[in-house]
Amino acid sequence: MVNKLDDALRFHQTALNLRAARQELLASNIVNADTPNYKARDVDFAGALRNALAGTGTELPVATTSPMHLQGNSGESVMGSPVMYRKPVQPSADGNTVDMDVERAQFADNALRYEASVRFMNEQVKQLLTAIQG
Amino acid sequence: MSLFNIFDVAGSGMAAQSQRLNVVASNLANADSTTGANGQPYHAKQVVFSVMPVDGGAAQGVKVTSVVEDNSPMKMVYDPKHPMADAQGYVTMPNVNVVDEMVNMISASRAYQNNVEVLNTSKSLLLKTLTIGQ
Repeated sequence: MVNKLDDALRFHQTALNLRAARQELLASNIVNADTPNYKARDVDFAGALRNALAGTGTELPVATTSPMHLQGNSGESVMGSPVMYRKPVQPSADGNTVDMDVERAQFADNALRYEASVRFMNEQVKQLLTAIQG
Repeated sequence: MSLFNIFDVAGSGMAAQSQRLNVVASNLANADSTTGANGQPYHAKQVVFSVMPVDGGAAQGVKVTSVVEDNSPMKMVYDPKHPMADAQGYVTMPNVNVVDEMVNMISASRAYQNNVEVLNTSKSLLLKTLTIGQ
């Protein structure tokens, strides 16, 4: 029974955690809009959610040209999925790739989807309570 | 909890931008200061931003690493009656470019506003999260 409750809420729990982590990355991008050589970062949300739900991690592998090379993972990861750099549309002369319009739009979008997940979760709790109380 | 890290990230951004605004204010106030504590005319100052890792997670804040002096040439103004005039009658005025400083001020102010908005969004998301299951 407890397993079923856990399964029912797991999807949105994972989604919320991932949304929060992505919100953090987008906040870093906005904050560093004036930092020279800062590169804007983001995660592939759909892929990351799939990985997190399946419990698999696809770290970004280091390219090797010989079997003698050390295997390793490059860069940071969020819940097992690699943090990637955004392709710059209008890079500035100081090496910064933060495009404020993109970041603000993504930040608002991510916040809205976070709230949506919260609401879905609330509805699920209500449904479960209805099922319990009859 | 990654949403709490956003407070640190946005807070660091606000602190850095307000320091930049402080430097702009200092430059504008001293745009005509022909002498300072060291007997030299005022030199314009600029802040240098760099990335500051925030512990726990992939979030990155921003900090002011140093305040550097602008080494562009000083303005020479012909004013023989001025007490600081040299033998040829020229006064060395600060190398403050008022137009640059005004642009810098607007940029700092907008960046600060962005950070405030990021902080408010994160706060409302956290408050929404507290209502799960109610």
